[in-house]
Formats: sequence, structure tokens, C-alpha cells
Amino acid sequence: MQDDAAILVEDLHKSFGDVQALNGVDLRVGRGTVLGVLGPNGAGKTTVVRILTTLLNPDRGRALVEGRDVVREAATVREIIGLAGQSTAIQEELTGRENLEIVGRLYHLDKPAARRRASQLLDQFELSTASDRPAKTYSGGMLRRLDLAASLVAKPAVLFLDEPTTGLDPRSRIGMWEIIRTLVAEGTTLFLTTQYLDEADELADEIVVIDHGKVIASGTAETLKDRVGGNVVEFVLPDRSRLADAAGAVAALADAEPSTEPDTGRVAVRVGSRGSDALVQAVRNLDSAGIEVDGLALRRPSLDDVFMALTGHAAETEEPVGGKRGRKRRGRAAQPAEQAPTQGGPR
Amino acid sequence: MSAVTTARSGARAATPATGLGRRMRLGTMDAFTMTRRELLIWFRVPAYIFFTIIQPIMFVLLFRYVFGGAIPVPNSTYVDFLMPGIIAQSAAFASFGTAIALARQIQKGVIDRFRSMPIARSAVLAGRLLSDSLRLTLTVLVILGVGYAVGFRFHNGVGPAILMLVLGIALGVVVCCISAYVGLAIRDEESVGSFGLVWLFPLTFVSSAFVPVAKMPGWLQAFANNQPVTIVIDEMRALALGGPLALHAWQSAVWLVGILVVFVPLAVRAYRRV
Repeated sequence: MQDDAAILVEDLHKSFGDVQALNGVDLRVGRGTVLGVLGPNGAGKTTVVRILTTLLNPDRGRALVEGRDVVREAATVREIIGLAGQSTAIQEELTGRENLEIVGRLYHLDKPAARRRASQLLDQFELSTASDRPAKTYSGGMLRRLDLAASLVAKPAVLFLDEPTTGLDPRSRIGMWEIIRTLVAEGTTLFLTTQYLDEADELADEIVVIDHGKVIASGTAETLKDRVGGNVVEFVLPDRSRLADAAGAVAALADAEPSTEPDTGRVAVRVGSRGSDALVQAVRNLDSAGIEVDGLALRRPSLDDVFMALTGHAAETEEPVGGKRGRKRRGRAAQPAEQAPTQGGPR
Repeated sequence: MSAVTTARSGARAATPATGLGRRMRLGTMDAFTMTRRELLIWFRVPAYIFFTIIQPIMFVLLFRYVFGGAIPVPNSTYVDFLMPGIIAQSAAFASFGTAIALARQIQKGVIDRFRSMPIARSAVLAGRLLSDSLRLTLTVLVILGVGYAVGFRFHNGVGPAILMLVLGIALGVVVCCISAYVGLAIRDEESVGSFGLVWLFPLTFVSSAFVPVAKMPGWLQAFANNQPVTIVIDEMRALALGGPLALHAWQSAVWLVGILVVFVPLAVRAYRRV
């Protein structure tokens, strides 16, 4: 069973001082498949990546990449992995080509081979026209592509992408997805961490959800969505005192009890696979109850919904401790605009 | 998997094999690649060139023409007194770049990426120190040229003159090792910059670099006379201008080697923990 696993993680523990970053994580990634690791900031995603890429030793448990122990056979593991995402191999003063050639030399390609590989990757990632410009003139999306290219110089069998699209605009994000899909089609095993359910949905064969250093759910995107309860109708009350009335008015739409947030006046109702008809019904019910609302919207399930469904609490946005060193600057506020609520309503 | 393996061996020129000889050869190659990388970056940023070349020149001119007239020195002209000191001070200040570059690379995750690659653990630090040494050598030579233009002369022959330059560069390299540790331990670019001022300024200015220590208040003399920068500068002055060499020679050697013995392992340890 073990020999067809590209990544095998057993009972991984890691703490930084008093903070228990990983609290017994088990994972298995089949060769040539994509595992999406979903979780909020500070859940332990990056700590797992850092252990698997030999940057950090676990306190307990073991991790194998292509059958090699990441602690005892770290040097061999480094030969077969690629890493991109939150860290960068790119020096912005150097051109795209120089960056890739230097990485090629660090992987001990000879000069002509490093040059060939750089050109090949620049073509593949549509950076040829910018290849001789300093990387600091690149857009955010181009920089991520260049960095991803750098991680692929030695054609790794296992690729780790730590939040590869966090902070990118929607168009660059979809561009990254296409590139990642091509890599996966070529047989690369991919370990992908993300804060976005739709990203995991698009790319991953299997998803695990991590919270507080533990795997709290795993399965395909479909199974997870079923557990979430599908689409959500959501609105905000300007008058918080009518929260209970509002919940009552829309209760008939829901598969489950509507959730309310007294602090913000937000009400969310899970409506399963129903779409705009649920929205129309919500408007009618609220109108006949004489309740005024702001920002009524229908939206697809988000990471927050997954968390609400799995843990009963919202995805927290506390800053990660240890293992990351504040390198991660973007919180959930940077959630791409295309994930904004689908506006709807009667006209 | 077989497809992946074939593709990989196509891209990889060297076949994996262990053995000390091979590891040392690859490690040296990695260090040189890193050195080239750092020099290329340095060459691209006008601000770095300013700090390496223009700023030291300004210091020479400032002390030679603005302060120099007001500072009497025994048995010498001020410009002859000044040059060994300013070479040492500039070499030490060049280490600012070491700490700041390392801290920035940690913050951006560049060091993480290098550590996830199959390159020698020592290569990043070795490349950093080697490129910084070349950089500060250039600084020293430029300052020397400017010094000559404003009236400085060696009075003790070619051999000691070369030894003086080597000693100045050695001091710079040693201070770079301290800076490397500071950068790796503090990891925050801005803090590293301010902290650099806090220890580098007293060390270079409260020394015999610009004024005779005898003109300082007594309590300050106690520090200035016994700290390594003064000892190295006094030796450099003896080499450049003539005078007794022996005492400060072995003291300088002990200080420089002593600092290396302490800070190289500290820096390597800090690098492993990044």
C-alpha cells in the first residue's frame, strides 16, 4: 500500500513554544494525484509544508516523500521535491532568465543545460517576451509564474505549492490554475495548500481540512460540499433587534436552523442546491414580515461555511505563530473579488 | 513514475552519488554560483554601488578637508594618519550589507527556498561572505585611490603597504561574519539596520580611526585603547607609516581569529535554524 504513496504522513506533531502547531496529522497522497489542504491562517498548513520540504523537523511522528524520510534522508528528499508559494526564489533585481539559470546551476545543471531549461520554462509559462527584463518590472501574476517555474527547474516528482494564488487578482489566479492543471496532467504529484474552497475544488483530487493542527475532515470536494449544505442565502439587518424575527421569516427556506450573528446583524440560511428561487422567497418572506435588510445575496459555500459546518466556528484569521515568521502578509481580506457574493434579488 | 524519472535524468547533468570529494566539489560550485548571484544583484542596484563607493569617498573628503584641519596628530600629517583608519572603518561598514541582505532574504523566504534545494548547507553563507569580501576589497581600493589623490602616501615600502590593505580587508571580512550572525538572528531588515548603527558606530568611531585616542576623556580611552578596531588600525598605521609592528600584530591576529572562532559557528547555527 505504502509504495504507491508519494507522500505519507503519520502522527505529525510540532509545537513552537506553547503553541501546538500540529497535533497529530495523518495524510496520504497517491502518486500523480493532487491533495488540497484547506484551512485558515494559523491552522498548520504551512508547518506541514515546511516539515515535508525538510525546512523544519517534527517533534513527533514521521513523514515520507517518495518513500524517503524527510528527517533522516533530507538530502535525497530535496533532490525530488519542488517548493513554491509563500516563499520566493526570485530576486527581483535579476531578469527572469537569470533567475532561472541560477536556480538551474544550483541544481547542478551545467551551463548550457541550465540555459536550455530556463528558455524552455520561460516559453512554457509565457514569460519569453519579458525574460530579459528585471523581475521587479513583472506583475504579481508574472512573478508567481516565474517563481513556480523556478521550482520546476529540476522536474520534481513531488511539488509543494503553499497558497500559490493568495493575493493574486482573479485573472492571474485562473491563469495559475491552468498552469497547475497542466503540471498535474504530466504526472507531478501535487501538495497544495489554500484558503479557498473553490481553488481546492478546481484542482484537488482529494481535500483535507485542517484546523488547530488537526485534520478535521477529508474527502472529495463533493463530499465536503454535501456536508456544508450547498448554497447560502445571506443578508444583514440594519436593525439588530429584529434578528429573531428575521431568522423566523426565512426558516422555511432552510435545511437547518438559520445562523445569526448578533454582533454584525448577519443572517445566513443554507438552502442546499436551491438557487435564485430561494432568494426570491427570502425577499417575499422578509418583506411581508416588514423587515428591512442590507446586502441580500446568494453565494456558493466558502471556507467559512465549511468551517461552520465542521467545527461550529468561523474560520479564524488570527496570525500564524512560529514556522512562518510573519512572512504571510495577506489574510482572508485578500479573498479574490470573483468570490464576492452573487448579487441577486427581485426587480 | 518511469516517465518522470526519464525526464528528470534528462534535466540533471550530474548523477547522484555520495563521497566526500564529490560533495566538496559540488559545495564549492554552489558557493561560487551564490557569489555570482550576489555580485550580479549588487551590480544592478545603483543604491548599493553608492554605499560601496560614493559614501566612503565622501567620508575621505569630509575628514580630509572639513574635520582634518582641526585635528592635530603627533608625528604625521592628518591625511597620512587618517587613511589607515578610514580604510578600516569603511571595510567594517561594508558589513551592513551582509546583515541587511540576509535579513531580507529570510523575510522574503529566499533562504527557505535555498534550504529546500539540494545545495550545500554552507553555500548560501559562503557565497554571501565571498561576494561581500570582493565588494569591500573594491571599496578599500577605491578609497586608497582617492587617498592618494588628496595627499596620502605610504612611508614604509611596498610589502608593508600590501599587508596593511590585507589587514584592513581582513577586519572587514571578520566584521561581516559578526553581521551575518546579527542578520540571521534578528531577521528583520529594519531592526537589523538600526542595530547595525548601534554597534558599528561606537566600534569604529570610538577608536583611533579618526582622532588620536589620547585626546578622548580617560574613561573612553580605556575602551578605545583596548577594542579590536583600534588595535587593528594601529597595526595598519605602523605598516603604512613605519613604527613598531610586533605588539599590535599578534594582538590583531588574536582578535580577528578569536572573533571568527566565535561568530562563524554562531552564524552557521543561526542559518540552520532559519
